[in-house]
Amino acid sequence: MQRNFDAPTIVTIEKIIDETPTVRTLVFSDEVLSNVLPGQFAMVWIPGINELPMSVMISQEKGKAAFTVRKHGVASTELYSLKLGQQVGVRGPYGNSFTVKQGKILLVGGGTGLVPLIRLLTFLKKTDDVTLLIGSKTKNEVFFEKMANQILEHNKHQVIVVTEDGSYGKSGLVTQVMENLLSETKFDAVYTCGPEKMMYKVVQLASSKNIHVQASIERMMKCGMGICGSCCFGEVLACRDGTVFDGKYLLTNKEFGYTHRNKAGMLENY
Amino acid sequence: MKPDISTQVGAIKIERPTMLASGILGISLEVFDRLYKDGAGALVTKSLSKEPWEGYPNPTVVGVKTGYLNAVGLSNPGAPYFAKMISLNKTVPIIVSLVGSIPEDFDFMIKQFENVKILGYELNLSCPHVEKVGLEVGDDPELVHKIVKSVKSKSQVPIIAKVGLGSSDYLETVRVACESGVDAITAINTVRAMAIDVETTRPILSHKIGGLSGPAIKPIAVRCVYEISSKFDVPVIGCGGVSSWEDAIEFILAGASAVQIGSALVDKWVSVFSEINNGISKYMEKKNFSKIKEMVGIAKKF
Repeated sequence: MQRNFDAPTIVTIEKIIDETPTVRTLVFSDEVLSNVLPGQFAMVWIPGINELPMSVMISQEKGKAAFTVRKHGVASTELYSLKLGQQVGVRGPYGNSFTVKQGKILLVGGGTGLVPLIRLLTFLKKTDDVTLLIGSKTKNEVFFEKMANQILEHNKHQVIVVTEDGSYGKSGLVTQVMENLLSETKFDAVYTCGPEKMMYKVVQLASSKNIHVQASIERMMKCGMGICGSCCFGEVLACRDGTVFDGKYLLTNKEFGYTHRNKAGMLENY
Repeated sequence: MKPDISTQVGAIKIERPTMLASGILGISLEVFDRLYKDGAGALVTKSLSKEPWEGYPNPTVVGVKTGYLNAVGLSNPGAPYFAKMISLNKTVPIIVSLVGSIPEDFDFMIKQFENVKILGYELNLSCPHVEKVGLEVGDDPELVHKIVKSVKSKSQVPIIAKVGLGSSDYLETVRVACESGVDAITAINTVRAMAIDVETTRPILSHKIGGLSGPAIKPIAVRCVYEISSKFDVPVIGCGGVSSWEDAIEFILAGASAVQIGSALVDKWVSVFSEINNGISKYMEKKNFSKIKEMVGIAKKF
């Protein structure tokens, strides 16, 4: 039967990887989601609980995909707590993707915002010179560092971890480290995903140097396909026009970095 | 000469016959402005309630073979918040959809929009998945009478009643609404429906039962527009599965003066309005119609 991309396809959790004490990666088999573009997401149905938009994580095994989830709300904690053999429904993929550039590439990620950036790494050319900045509050919340180094092993590359408390890697904010890098190196493209305040700063810094920059933004989502309007962000819809937007556009959107909508559609401050 | 695709639904005049249906994308003025520039003739807001509503947990929307099933649960920021948000609107043709249980709910909401530029109100008498409002109101002729009469006496702009297929005869709802002073009818809302996932054996929507939209309901909606416009002297807006210019023309031939579009945005996104407008224009040119009203209801003569 032909797959209905807007109805859940049921997949089974085949492998669970503990990334940090609060972050897990759940691996499952699905040909369609194993091949999505960097930045695309799926709506993930946790039967009886809720349905969440999740950026699709790579799996190193063919035909498999994954979700990397941090437990914080009710639904994400339920997703995090799934056991091997349990099932979820996936629909999609939805959304656009990062425009893959070549040359000196800088990626700036925070938390589970690293997921689309890790997928993006797999789309880069071997000739690209790649720098990945991983921002984290503290040492035990750092993940994907080893995986990023493995993916980039044939590239000229550096993976720099920045912790706010200085317990691992460089100390401070990831955007401070980025600022220093920009003063030394001329990058051809910058990509970012993570907390919106961080992305705002990344977009500002890159734009001030006229570097092509894209960010993948997150908003409250319900349908995921551009009809319910929950994820409206200025005049655009995160699910349909995004989730990836050019920095040039983002700096004209007065909600970027400042406000998002709640479940009732009312604007709230970040 | 190029045909004129502007149309009139009672006293509501719009430049183009394609409206955004209620419930779709309707929570921000910036999005309305964009869709208006993209070709929509009017924008119907999400149904607004007195207080903000969060709606149901996900899943709230799911695709089925011939359309979409939804039980979003009328999530909206509430009439006061919304009225404030669109208070500076000058150019965008907005129709405000309202949902409530008793006349006093509607009175309160209409007060919020007293000084806001809007084309009219659409009373939601037909949402099939929220208790005590929508269809549960539409199925109660006495309540329809009280609400429409009250809104009519207080509103300075035209009132449209949006009807759907509930447990009573929808034509009775239309009759009562017309006799109580409504200026136009939108037909129809989504049709109560359900989808169950066979692997997990569970209903997919969190609310279990929702409303079906899209191509599956179009022939039902065309029939309703045809029946309403045959039996009553009231302007009708056709809604239900409009996804091409042919669909829009079909509704107009059945008796609609304009159409509303929702689910078709999934496939065609915001270009759906201009695509349908252009198709209508070309059809009119080919068939020698100069105005929309020349086509309204002409299928009824056969």
